[in-house]
Amino acid sequence: MSDVRRRLFGWTALLGAVALAAIVGAPLVGTTRINLARAFDSAVPFADNVDAQILFIARLPRVLAAALVGAALAAAGVVFQALLRNPLATPFTLGVSAGAALGAVLAISLKLQVSLWGVSAVTGASFAGSLGAVAIVYALARARHQGFSTNVLLLAGVTLNSFFSALILFVQYIADPNETVQTLRWLMGDLGVAGYGPILAALPPTIAAFVAFAWLPKTMNLLSLGADAAESRGVDVARAQRVAFFAASLATGAAVSLGGPIGFIGIIVPHLVRLLVGADHRIVLPAAALLGAAFLIGCDVVARLVMAPVELPVGIITSMIGGPFFLWLLVRQR
Amino acid sequence: MLKADSVTYIHGARTTDDLAKGSRADVPGVRDVSLTVERGAIIGLLGPNGSGKTTLLRVLAGVLAPTAGRVTLDGVNLASIARRERARRIAVVPQETHLAFDFSVREVVLMGRYPHLGAFELEGPHDLVVARDALAATGTEHLEHRPFATLSGGEKQRVVIASALAQQADLLLLDEPTASLDLGYQLAIASLVARLNRERGLTVVVATHDLNFAAGLCGSLVLLRGGTMLGSGPTAETLTAASIQALYDVDARVWFDQGAGRIAVLPIEKTRHV
Repeated sequence: MSDVRRRLFGWTALLGAVALAAIVGAPLVGTTRINLARAFDSAVPFADNVDAQILFIARLPRVLAAALVGAALAAAGVVFQALLRNPLATPFTLGVSAGAALGAVLAISLKLQVSLWGVSAVTGASFAGSLGAVAIVYALARARHQGFSTNVLLLAGVTLNSFFSALILFVQYIADPNETVQTLRWLMGDLGVAGYGPILAALPPTIAAFVAFAWLPKTMNLLSLGADAAESRGVDVARAQRVAFFAASLATGAAVSLGGPIGFIGIIVPHLVRLLVGADHRIVLPAAALLGAAFLIGCDVVARLVMAPVELPVGIITSMIGGPFFLWLLVRQR
Repeated sequence: MLKADSVTYIHGARTTDDLAKGSRADVPGVRDVSLTVERGAIIGLLGPNGSGKTTLLRVLAGVLAPTAGRVTLDGVNLASIARRERARRIAVVPQETHLAFDFSVREVVLMGRYPHLGAFELEGPHDLVVARDALAATGTEHLEHRPFATLSGGEKQRVVIASALAQQADLLLLDEPTASLDLGYQLAIASLVARLNRERGLTVVVATHDLNFAAGLCGSLVLLRGGTMLGSGPTAETLTAASIQALYDVDARVWFDQGAGRIAVLPIEKTRHV
C-alpha cells in the first residue's frame, strides 16, 4: 500500500472518529442534564418527553450546524490558501463573508419576514449576498487579465471587504437601534439555529462544493510550485483556479448564511492539520473538514457552558482562540 | 525535435489588431523568432534582461500560446497536444522555486509524476522508483526526507531538476538555473546538465546570463535582444566579442582557453551607458 494511501486512511479514520465522537457526545453536554434512557423511551410521547425535546430540538440541530459549518469553513480555508498560495488566507479574505453579512444586515433592517422551506429571509439574503460578492470579485479578477490573476483576486477581495463593511455600518447607522443587537449577534457568528430547516437548506451547496473539492487536491499540490511550474507539469491551471475559487466560495457562502461569519476556523484548522499530517492536500483537505467539524462542535459546547445559562455566540470563542493563534503563526513563519 | 516558426508573443494581444498596437513596454515579448532544437542538443538562450528569454522559453514549453507563428514538436503543433501529453515530453525548470507549503523533497519530486497518473490515482511503487532514480541522478538522494524549504539554493535547484526528470520527458527547458547560485553550485549545475544530456540523451534549452556557463555547456546559442533574434549558431562561432557587444553593449575579451579546453569570456566594461 502506498505511503499516501496509508496516511490518508489513517488520518481520515482517526479524525473521522474524533468528529463522530463530537457529534454523538456534544448533544449530551449542557446545563440541563438529560436522561438518555428517557429521551429514547418510545413509550413517552414526544410532546411530553422533555429529555427528547432538549436533545433533538435544542441541542442536536446546533451540533449538526456546527459540524457542517466547521467542515465547510475549514475545507474552504485550505482551498483558498492553496489558490492564493498564501497560508494566511482565510475563507473571508475574498469578500464572500462581507457580502453575506451585507445581505443579512439588509434583511434584518428591512424586517424581511418571509421564509421558504424553513429558511429565514436573513439566511436567504446572506447567501444571495455571498454569491453577489463572489460574482463581483470574479468579474474584477477576469477584467484586468486574460487569465485569472490571483493578485487581482486578493486585492479585489480585500477592497470589497472594507467597502461592504462601510455599507454595513451605514445601514446600521440609519436602521432602527433595536435591530442593531440582532445584527451584531449575527455578525459575531452564532449557531443558535432554529430547527433542521436551515441545515437542510445549506446541505446542497455544501455537498456540491465538496464534490468539486474532491477533484482539487492533486492540482493544489502542484499549484504550490507556482502557476507556470504546475502548467508545465500538465495542470490546467486556469480551470483548477476557477473550480477552486467557485467551490470554496460556495462552501463559505453556505456556511456563513447558516452560522454567520464565524472567525478563524478557516485558518486555525488548516494549520493544525498541516502540523499534523504535512502539506499534501490529498490528506490535508479531508482531514481539515473532519477536524473543522469536531473543532467547531467543541467551541460551541464551550460557548454554551462557559457563562451558562447565558449562551455566547460561538464566534467569540473561536476568535478568542484564533486571534492569538494567528499571531503565533505570523511570528513562527520564516 | 522542437521547432519554432517565426514565433511572436505579445503580452495581452489576442488578435492581429492588438498586435499592430504593440506590447505594453513592461512585459517583454518576442517577435519573429525561428529556431530548431535538434534531438540531443544543448542550446543556450543569451540576452540582456527583458530580451524575452523567459517568454520564449514559456512559449517553447507550451505554457504560453504564441500570438503569431507556431511551435511544433516532431512536426505536431504544440498547441494541439494535450497538456498532460505535452508534460510527458517537455519538462521545465524555473529560475527559482518557492513553495507555498511545507512539502518534503520526496513529495516535490513525485509531483513530476502528475502527467503520468490519472486524476485520482495515487503514486505507486513504480513512481517511487522513478523519483528515487531522479534523486540519484541529481545527487540529492540523501535529501529525500528533508522539508524542501530547508534546503540551500543549489540543493533546491537540483531537487527541482529531479522533479522535472521524474516527468520522464526527453526535452528539458531551464530558465536561468544558476542565477541565484554561488560559483560552486553554478559549476555543479552545469556538469549535472551536461551529464544528463550525455547519459540520458536529454535535449536541453537553457536561458542564461552567464556567458562562461553557456560557453562550457552549450553546443549552440541563440542571441536575443529586445525580443528579436540577433543571431544563432554553434557556440564557437556565435559567442564572439562582436556578439557580446551587440547583445549587452559590453566590451569583452573572448578567447579559446587551452587549459580549460573551451571558450572563455572576460567582460571588460560597458561601452554605452544608459
